[in-house]
Amino acid sequence: MTADSTSLLFGKLTLEAIPYHEPILVATFIGVAIGGLAVLGALTYFRLWGYLWTEWFTSIDHKKIGIMYIVFAIIMLLRGFADALMMRFQQAIAFNGHEGYFPPHHYDQIFTAHGVIMIFFVAMPFVTGLMNFVVPLQIGARDVSFPFLNNFSFWMTVAGGIIVMISLFVGEFAKTGWLAYPPLSDITYSPDVGVDYYIWGLQIAGIGTLLSGVNLIATILKMRAPGMSMMKMPVFTWTAFCTNVLIVAAFPVLTAVLALLTLDRYVGTHFFTNTDGGSAMLYVNLIWIWGHPEVYILVLPVFGIFSEVVSTFSAKRLFGYTSMVYATVVITILSYIVWLHHFFTMGSGASVNSFFGITTMIISIPTGAKMFNWLFTMYHGRIKYEVPMLWTIGFMVTFVIGGMTGVLLAVPPADFVLHNSLFLIAHFHNVIIGGVVFGVFAGINFWFPKAFGFRLNAFWGKMSFWFWFIGFYFAFMPLYVLGLMGVTRRMSQFEDPSLQIWFVIAAFGAFLILLGIGSFIIQIAYSIWKRDELRDETGDPWNGRTLEWSTSSPPPAYNFAFTPVVHEVDQWWFMKQNGYKRPLSGFIPIHMPKNTGTGAIIGGLSVVFGFAMVWHIWWLAIASFVAIVAVTIVHTFNYNRDFYIPAEEVNAVEARRTQMLPAE
Amino acid sequence: MRPESKMLSRAGLIAALVLPLASCNMVVMSPSGDIAAQQRDLIVISTILMLLIVVPVIFLTLLFAWRYRQSNKTAKYDPEWHHSTRLEVVIWSAPLAIIIALGAITWISTHTLDPYRPLDRISEGQPLSADHKPMTVEVVALDWKWLFIYPELGIASVNELAAPIDTPIRFKITSASVMNSFYIPALAGQIYAMAGMETKLHAVINKPGEYEGFSANYSGAGFSHMRFKFHGLDQAGFDKWVADVKASGTALDKPTYMQLEKPSIKEPVRHYATTDSSLYSAIVDMCVEPGKMCMSEMMAMDKGLICRIPEPTTAAREEKAIRPAT
Repeated sequence: MTADSTSLLFGKLTLEAIPYHEPILVATFIGVAIGGLAVLGALTYFRLWGYLWTEWFTSIDHKKIGIMYIVFAIIMLLRGFADALMMRFQQAIAFNGHEGYFPPHHYDQIFTAHGVIMIFFVAMPFVTGLMNFVVPLQIGARDVSFPFLNNFSFWMTVAGGIIVMISLFVGEFAKTGWLAYPPLSDITYSPDVGVDYYIWGLQIAGIGTLLSGVNLIATILKMRAPGMSMMKMPVFTWTAFCTNVLIVAAFPVLTAVLALLTLDRYVGTHFFTNTDGGSAMLYVNLIWIWGHPEVYILVLPVFGIFSEVVSTFSAKRLFGYTSMVYATVVITILSYIVWLHHFFTMGSGASVNSFFGITTMIISIPTGAKMFNWLFTMYHGRIKYEVPMLWTIGFMVTFVIGGMTGVLLAVPPADFVLHNSLFLIAHFHNVIIGGVVFGVFAGINFWFPKAFGFRLNAFWGKMSFWFWFIGFYFAFMPLYVLGLMGVTRRMSQFEDPSLQIWFVIAAFGAFLILLGIGSFIIQIAYSIWKRDELRDETGDPWNGRTLEWSTSSPPPAYNFAFTPVVHEVDQWWFMKQNGYKRPLSGFIPIHMPKNTGTGAIIGGLSVVFGFAMVWHIWWLAIASFVAIVAVTIVHTFNYNRDFYIPAEEVNAVEARRTQMLPAE
Repeated sequence: MRPESKMLSRAGLIAALVLPLASCNMVVMSPSGDIAAQQRDLIVISTILMLLIVVPVIFLTLLFAWRYRQSNKTAKYDPEWHHSTRLEVVIWSAPLAIIIALGAITWISTHTLDPYRPLDRISEGQPLSADHKPMTVEVVALDWKWLFIYPELGIASVNELAAPIDTPIRFKITSASVMNSFYIPALAGQIYAMAGMETKLHAVINKPGEYEGFSANYSGAGFSHMRFKFHGLDQAGFDKWVADVKASGTALDKPTYMQLEKPSIKEPVRHYATTDSSLYSAIVDMCVEPGKMCMSEMMAMDKGLICRIPEPTTAAREEKAIRPAT
């Protein structure tokens, strides 16, 4: 074949793109391939493909989609954490002229991938998954507003993740840092495909995130049970609402800024280039106009989780519900006017810098109020130290430290000496691990029995907590110190040998966190093994307060046989206090949406499209894009979308539950 | 574990943590330049202010967590208590008070420590006299090394910077490629270096010594080694350094610069005895390369173009006028 026809067929893709000359990647690939084949083989052997496809992949049930989001996040957590371990390892040994195990070419991909994966494909799917699972149950709804859209959103997120994962073995990932600032990410300075993987991975996943935001806003606004006014919504639903407002308002900015970068790279425009009137500063502003709300998108829902957990395990109403709600709304609004604090050092005037510094500090007021509200929820409570509560206490102690260093970084002249240093790295891991990760684990331990009908083992849960908690301090307190020693981020080699001890301590901390993640996996496996001992038949293992605990565990496909009528914020608690009787008869058929494979199919085609765009395989890009449009159009002609669960079946399901519940 | 051995191991753990802390050099907390020292003071003041609220929160968290544990039946239990206006006022106003104080400090310090603002003092209690002229240094971030041009002295150096102590330095900073950040922790806070633009930094070094300088914004493959030494020298030492540069250095003209601009890693220190005085402005204007149009020219032309948009013809104007208003 001639060179021309090869490039017509394969675009920029050549055999050279497969990194078979890099032993670390080859070993990784062999490991992944063997593991993957084992999983695929097991699925085939146990004939699970049909089950997975009909019961899960095509499911439009918000509960199953929520669970799939979380499974996806756990898988990606392993990848993102492997990157973290490699970084800690490299920085602990690359001293005294020792180059470590990773040349810059490889190391720079690792830290970029770590950031991108942890934010977009771990933290985001974790919180989206929890919101998906919990919100409809909390508001007494049978599903989200647009069940198919929900399934589609999930598969687009997965498609984005797959594109990022492909870059590990075909070509390379971006070497730009997780926000891909131009001019470094421009075609002049990054001519390889790494940035293209970054762009298409995020663009495709971003569609999923945006649509899931639209879906949850509509769900919360339109599908609340009768009587549930906005000020009677559970706090988690409130935070989920604010988060999705942020998603809908912020993600289009990301889409737009990445589209402009795409034009710069693909068709030679000059939005962000050094030359011909481009401005990299514009990109930095735009990406942070998305990027700052993004951190609140992650942290607001976990604030909601902590609110639910603290009140449930203190067996007490949440202190200051109203101020909690207003604090959340204030944070939502303020998160839009602080973005410039990410680049005080770009040369803005003193008044501009002060303005953004002070708005940033103001956010700490509602956040502080929230902290006090949790504190006074514990006051005069009866605290049960179940695993979710441990994570919550761990969060409260850890998060205030991260908050403090955050406000410190918001003082512009202080930021001038701390910006981009390891102090900054320590700060945002302090709030993201101490806040988001702790919250997600609290949430998983809290709602797992609701999802599967049995609790998670407490011993391994506590092991996981203590390893994570102590590991966090070992891993990140040294980075605060290193930041004060003037050490900057993203370095792959060091000259000053006195720094090494701190990196070694940090690496030890990362090892402890590894044990924490290992304990979490063991916790799940062990709990599945011992599920009969951990079985919860009441549906309400923690003496819960909100409506999700009124259903069976796992809840039936239709969630609620009769839509509840709401009188109180803690509606389920109120019902229990007032001698609630489950209805045992009079069931009517329930209207439900039907499963569809369209979401998975479009997701798959999107992977092909993204891959083709990355490698400039134009015929394939056109073909897959046309296919996406065709499948979409065909789907609109599918009128067979709903069905009724017959009254007899509802009756049977409810009767089974009656048998499980202790006689009253 | 026996109690003694437990205590011993705990003591060992604390020692392991504290010892390196005592021995390490926290340059940000003990800088040698007046600006960095003021920034350090700000870190300390802000931290103390915030600890006023953070310490009680941590203490109360642990206290409540312990006191209201389920097994403690003597503690009061009130499952319905969820509101107290008085407490809410305190909850909101305590952080508010701290932030008002911190906000005021922020506003004032951001203006006094604005990197663009010329210095008005050498160090605490030592104001700048009127005849004390600042020294200008033009800083260019290259892939992956630093070029320093001293326009008043007509010399330049690569990956080595020197300045006399107690003399205000006026840095003019740009980049010839990607974004970098010019940072000498002992001297002053950092500021970005960006192509086609100039940022500014005013600072002064008060103690003689050899300090670390580097790029604090990731810029690609050679980033880890994009470092230089900054020498704070007394006047005699600085004069000697200048004389050495003039004696040992070569000429920095545009062709030499074009050669230097090419990406390289771990570039050794270089000295230039003479410099092309138009070089720095050509770098900012992105037209060092012969025959390349300068940005300023291009912008002037673009502006001209806009002015030269032809007036609508009489016919067009008439057509517009007779079109019915919709």
